[in-house]
Amino acid sequence: MRGSAETDAVLRLRPGAEAALLLRVAGVMVRFGGVQALAGVSFDVARGQICGLIGPNGSGKTTLFNCISGIYRYGAGKILFADQDLAAVSRARLAGLGIGRTFQNVALFRSMTVRENILVGAHHLGRSGFLANALALPSVAREAQAAAARLDDLLDRLDLAAVADIAVARLPFGTQKRVELARALIGAPKLLLLDEPAGGLNHDEVAALADLLQDIRERFALTILLVEHHMNLVMRVSDKVVALEFGGKIADGTPDEVRREPRVIRAYLGDGADASAA
Amino acid sequence: MNAARRPIFLAVLLLVLAAALAFLLSDYRLFQMTMVVAYAIAILGLDMLTGYTGQISLGHGAFYAVGAYTAAILMANFDVPYWATLPIAALICAGFGFAFGFPALRLGGLYLALATFALAIAVPQLLKYKAFEAWTGGVQGIVISKPDPPFGLKLSQDQWLYLFTLAVAAVLFLLARNLLRGRIGLAMRAVRDHALAAEAMGIDIALLKTRTFALSAMYTGIAGALGAIAVQFVAPDSFAVFFSITLFVGLVVGGITSLLGAVFGAIFIVFIPNIADKISKAAPGAIYGVILIAFLYLLPMGFAGLLRRAARLDACAAPPTKTLAPPPGKMAEEIRIRNG
Repeated sequence: MRGSAETDAVLRLRPGAEAALLLRVAGVMVRFGGVQALAGVSFDVARGQICGLIGPNGSGKTTLFNCISGIYRYGAGKILFADQDLAAVSRARLAGLGIGRTFQNVALFRSMTVRENILVGAHHLGRSGFLANALALPSVAREAQAAAARLDDLLDRLDLAAVADIAVARLPFGTQKRVELARALIGAPKLLLLDEPAGGLNHDEVAALADLLQDIRERFALTILLVEHHMNLVMRVSDKVVALEFGGKIADGTPDEVRREPRVIRAYLGDGADASAA
Repeated sequence: MNAARRPIFLAVLLLVLAAALAFLLSDYRLFQMTMVVAYAIAILGLDMLTGYTGQISLGHGAFYAVGAYTAAILMANFDVPYWATLPIAALICAGFGFAFGFPALRLGGLYLALATFALAIAVPQLLKYKAFEAWTGGVQGIVISKPDPPFGLKLSQDQWLYLFTLAVAAVLFLLARNLLRGRIGLAMRAVRDHALAAEAMGIDIALLKTRTFALSAMYTGIAGALGAIAVQFVAPDSFAVFFSITLFVGLVVGGITSLLGAVFGAIFIVFIPNIADKISKAAPGAIYGVILIAFLYLLPMGFAGLLRRAARLDACAAPPTKTLAPPPGKMAEEIRIRNG
């Protein structure tokens, strides 16, 4: 297997770094037919970090996102979440491990109200099955109460209380995005994967989103990985930015470091652009 | 009245009114009402799979047939009391549904509809198969006797059977209500609305669909057993493909994801063919078709849609009305203040 030597080297941890590490992407390769979508990308995300994943169209950031969220299988490399190899984990078990996500163009349950949508996000916290629910056993009521308490808290925090009983399909896009965020948060994730959270939002909404992301990171002790086109947002909220181009990593560091990296500038602005233009 | 209590009150009222019919209607009408109740259970079973979980089945008549034959064979060949056939029919149909659903649900969408359709075609023929004739009675079917009321109750057989069927239905509807409004019901609707997102919420789609299929087959199978006891006769041709389609019609006319809708759908499929027959002996099918289209035109979301619209009007009449526009971002404001 190509790249396994590199993978092994990356997987050897420095002592002490272990506790802080939450997500490790190591030498991940994906090939679609003849196209190398990801050519061995590696980076780490520490607990509590907001990590921005950027790159021009076709750079492989969405492919990488889909590998972490279990949509694509990768040919080589490893993705470790809290020391667990995600290759062996089915998509439905990711939520239980503590990985929550949102979708690029919002993937809400259209026939449901805001309240119901968010409650589905708490599904993996419950244990009661068909029989217990049909018989309305006390354990079911306890679970429902616990979920309802989390729900009320999130409705408040994300400003959704007034629309809680409205069908999501009738709400504006920006509100739908908040519903999706609440749906991911109610499941108490450790890692939150956000797929272009600023897509389709207006200028004010993006500013509010930046504040919101930093706020929920603190309140819910979250680690966030976001794939995003919106440069201002990424640079403003991220502790760390990883830049991809043509399926390879071209920069990895603080927003300032990545902003100054010549290869990033070239990737975004083309040859001949200077640093000040970024 | 407390708003949360109102549905419970209405359900109890409806049940009492339905039970009162036992003392108001003729025996033949009561037989028809018994069939309405049995079909309501069958349609509720179909609704769990097709309405809630979004998996189209055109073959639920097959599960109804298996339930009906289970009851008939047990009563005719093994002298099992009629009431004891119900749990056995439930188990057999659940197992059958699980075994069929496990591979079939991987097909999904229109292909699942065809696979269940194939089941509806196959089952009546299998029931005629020579090797099973000793049990199934082949083309002739099985005749069973109508149960007498227990404890020396002064009821006619039809009255008793109607009340018995109604009681079974009440229990099954209550269990279904509990299930469908809780986390499992939400998960079913989530799978129907957006499977990938449902999976990201930790819902094991294959497992949920297979279990739902088994449960759905179980409800429809119990309905089949109740129907067989009421008709006192089972024969393969009663459960031909057309019957499966009839259940589907009942589901759509009643309106999906609605318990009351299932009852209304059952009333439709029992009485409208009779009415069509009265209007024109020559072409009852054409009249049925016209009535069906008229219903779909007048009640596009089924009877349940009409109920929901009425409920919404009711809610709008009472203050306060809800606003659609999201309130100005309280949280963003708070943060803006904090950040100066």
